[in-house]
Amino acid sequence: MSERRVELDVLRYNPETDRAPHFQRYSVPCREEWVVLDALNHVKENIDPTLSYRWSCHMAVCGSCGMMINREPKLACKSFLRDYQGVIRVEPLAHFPVERDLVTVIDDFVAKLARVKPYLIPKEPKALEAGEYRQTPAQLKRYKQFTLCINCMLCYAACPEYGLIPKYLGPAAIALGHRWNQDSRDGGRDQRQEELAATEGAWECSFVGACSEVCPEHVDPAGAIQQVKIRSTVDWYLEHTMPWLTK
Amino acid sequence: METTTSDIAIIGAGGAGLRAAIAIAQTDPRLRIALISKVYPMRSHTCAAEGGAAGVIKPDDSLEHHFNDTVGGGDWLCDQDAVDYLVQEAPKELLQLEHWGCPWSREPDGSVAVRPFGGMKKQRTWFAADKSGFHILHTLFQTSLQFPSIERFDEFYATELLVDDGGCQGLTAIEMRSGQIRQFRARAVIVAGGGAGRMFPFTTNGAIKTGDGMALAYRAGVPLKDMEFVQYHPTGLPSTGTLLTEACRGEGGVLLNKHGRRFLQDYGMGPETPLGKPVLKTMELGPRDRVSQAFWHEQKKGNMVPTEWGDAMLLDMRHLGEKTINERLPLVRDMSISYMGVDPVSDPVPVRPVVHYMMGGIDTDIRAATPLAGLYAAGECACVSINGANRLGSNSLTELLVFGRRAALSAMEHLASGRAQGNGQAIDARAEEARGRVRALFQRSGGGETIAGLRREMMHTLEQHAGIYRSGEGLTEACTTLAALRRRYANIELHDKTNVYNTDLLQALELGSMLDCAEAVAVSALERKESRGAHQRLDFVERDDARFLRHSLAHHRGGDAPRIDYRDVVITKSQPGVRDYSGGHA
Repeated sequence: MSERRVELDVLRYNPETDRAPHFQRYSVPCREEWVVLDALNHVKENIDPTLSYRWSCHMAVCGSCGMMINREPKLACKSFLRDYQGVIRVEPLAHFPVERDLVTVIDDFVAKLARVKPYLIPKEPKALEAGEYRQTPAQLKRYKQFTLCINCMLCYAACPEYGLIPKYLGPAAIALGHRWNQDSRDGGRDQRQEELAATEGAWECSFVGACSEVCPEHVDPAGAIQQVKIRSTVDWYLEHTMPWLTK
Repeated sequence: METTTSDIAIIGAGGAGLRAAIAIAQTDPRLRIALISKVYPMRSHTCAAEGGAAGVIKPDDSLEHHFNDTVGGGDWLCDQDAVDYLVQEAPKELLQLEHWGCPWSREPDGSVAVRPFGGMKKQRTWFAADKSGFHILHTLFQTSLQFPSIERFDEFYATELLVDDGGCQGLTAIEMRSGQIRQFRARAVIVAGGGAGRMFPFTTNGAIKTGDGMALAYRAGVPLKDMEFVQYHPTGLPSTGTLLTEACRGEGGVLLNKHGRRFLQDYGMGPETPLGKPVLKTMELGPRDRVSQAFWHEQKKGNMVPTEWGDAMLLDMRHLGEKTINERLPLVRDMSISYMGVDPVSDPVPVRPVVHYMMGGIDTDIRAATPLAGLYAAGECACVSINGANRLGSNSLTELLVFGRRAALSAMEHLASGRAQGNGQAIDARAEEARGRVRALFQRSGGGETIAGLRREMMHTLEQHAGIYRSGEGLTEACTTLAALRRRYANIELHDKTNVYNTDLLQALELGSMLDCAEAVAVSALERKESRGAHQRLDFVERDDARFLRHSLAHHRGGDAPRIDYRDVVITKSQPGVRDYSGGHA
C-alpha cells in the first residue's frame, strides 16, 4: 500500500440506533488506480465493519453502487479517487428514502418500471419454429442505446422534477418504455402510452437534461422523453383533426 | 415466524432463476412462484457475461459439431446425454429470447449474427455486442414482470433448506430490510444461486458470488460434484480482475509475451495463424484451460511482462481498428481505458488469467434434479455436467437457459406426482432452529476472529494451492488450513448487532458458504490424482481414464472434511480421445 491517503466523509444512518443521519470521517490508504468503491471496501474490511452499502460487479454493469459523491450521482465503481481533491463526501442517492447508511429504498423505481410494460408485445405473433424476427442493424440501432440502462437510478437522483414530484415516472422508466416502442418487433405502443404520455409521464419533464448528463452508460433518457412527447403530440392532433385515421 | 406459502420457491433471480420462473408462469399460471434473491434481479451476476451464448443456427453448423466441441473441450468429463440435450435445446432457447426482444447483434439481412469463440469448430456464439449476459438478464427480468404469479422477494438471503419426510419442503431466509427471518414453504425448490468465484482473491466474479446456493444444498445432504474444476479465464485486467471477453480473440485479438511472440504456438496450439484472420479452435481460439496453462509456463520461463500487479501477457487488438472495436467490443475498450489507462485501439492491453467459473456444483441429473426429492438446481451453482473438466466459453449462458427451463418443468412434474408434503409442525420446528442458528451469531462474543481476516486466509490458501497447477503437497496443506479455518469460523464475532440491512451479518454467512465450498474444492482436488482439463497436477501429469473418468462427489460431514466418492461419466457416442487444438480441425 502506498503512502497516499484519502479522506471520506460518509453519511451514516441506522434507523435502529440513530435519531438522525450524520457524517463519519474515514482516512484510507489508497492506490493510484482505486475508485471510491475500493476505498469503501477498505473501510468495511479494515476500519468499520458496520458500514452498509450495495455493490457487486465492480465494472459498471450491475448498477448496485449508485451514490452521491461530492453531491453528484455516480457509480462508486467508476469514480476514480484521482479525480477528486480534498475530502470526498459520500451520501446515499438523492431523492430516495434512506434504508441504512448508503443503502436506499428503491421500491418506487421498481414499481414504475413494471408500469411501462417493459417487454415485447409482438406486432405479429410468430411461432418459435418459424425462426427469428428479422431486424436489420439499422432497426436495431433505433432502440439499442435505450437497452443499455443498468437501472442504477443516477438519473432519478439528478432529476429536479423527480425530487419535487415523486409521482413523476422518471427518466429511466420512460426511456425503457420508449425502448420497447422503438423496437421493430413490438406493437405495444398504444398500451404503454397511457403511462408514458400521461401528465405524470413524459409531460412532467421540464427538459433540464441532467438525466442524460449523469448516465454512466451514455443512454439519453432526455432524448427519449422528448421523442415520447412528440409522438404523443402527433397522436393528439391525429385524434382531434383526423379521427378516422386513429380508429 | 412469518410464513409465505407457494407452490415452487426459486432461490436466485439471475438468468437461471428468472428463466425457471417464466417457464412455470407460462406453463401453469395457477402455480404460485416465490422468487427469492439476495439482490434485485438485475444486479445478478449474469449481467457481467460479455461474449455470448452458443447455439447452432447457421447452415454450415450441426448439433453434432456443438456436441463434439463441448465434450472434447470438457476433456471427456461431460455427461454426454446431458450435452445432447443442451445442444438440441440451445437454438430454441436463444430463439425464445429473440422472441422476447433480446437485442441480439444482426447480419445486414436482419438475421441473428454469430461470432467465433474458443474451442468451437464453427461460429455459433449469439451475441449482443459485448454485453450479452447483461441483455439476456434484463430481457428475462423485464419479461418476467408481465406474470402476476411470480412473486418476488428481493434482498432476501436464504439461510437453510427445510427438509422433512425425505424431501425439500422450503427454506428460511433473512429479509435484509428488516433483519427478520421468514419461512418459505414450497412443494418444490429450485436453487439458482450462481457460482463461488469470490473464494479466490483474483476473480472476474462480483461480490455476490459466494457459493450460497451450493452450500445450502451441500449442507442439506446433496453432494457437490466435480468441485476441483475451477476455470481460469485467460484474459482479466491485472489491476481489478475485470473480464475482457474471449470475443476479443474471437474478433482477431492475439496474445503476446514480452518478446512480442504469439507464444500459444509453443504449447500445442500452433502453428501461428495470420494476424487478423483468426482460425477456429487453434492459437488464440484454443480452450481456456490450455491458454491459461500456457501463461503459467511462460511466466515460469520469465517471458511475461512485469506490472505492478504481477506478471501479465499482452492482448493486442490494435489491428482490428477503432471501428470494429467500437462496434463489437465497446465495453472492453471502456474498461481498459478506465481501469488500466490503456486504449486497445492504440496499445496492447496487459492481461492475466483470473478465476472465472466453477465447472463443479450441486449434483444434478439431466432433469436438473438433485438426489433430494423436491430439490432442483440450475445455472453455475449446478453441475449436470455439461462442462466436464473445462467449460467452453459461451456454453454457460446457454446452460442457464436450457437447464433453468428444465428445472422448472421437473419441479412441476414433481408437484403433479403429489408426493407427501411433510409434517407441517416438524417443518415449523426446523425453521425455528434455523432462526436460532442465525440469532446465535449475534450472541457470540470474545472469539476474536474477524470475517475479513478469515476470508483473506481462505483466498490466499486457494490461490496458493488450488490454482492453475496443483500438487499433492500443496493441496494437503490447503486441506489442513481450510479445516482449521472452518473451526475458527465458529469464533467469529459480529461487530454489527442491529437488524436493518446488516451487511456484517450477510458477509459472515457468505463466508460460511465459501469456506464449505472451498474445502470441497481442495479435498476433491487432492483426491483426483490425474491431470484433466482445468485440474492440472504437477505430481500426476497425465489424464488417467482407467481411474478417473468419473465425477467426484463431495459429501458434507458437519465439521469434518467431506467424504469423496465417484460416479461414472455417461458416455454415449464419443470415446475419450486426444484434445487437438493444432489447427488441423478448422
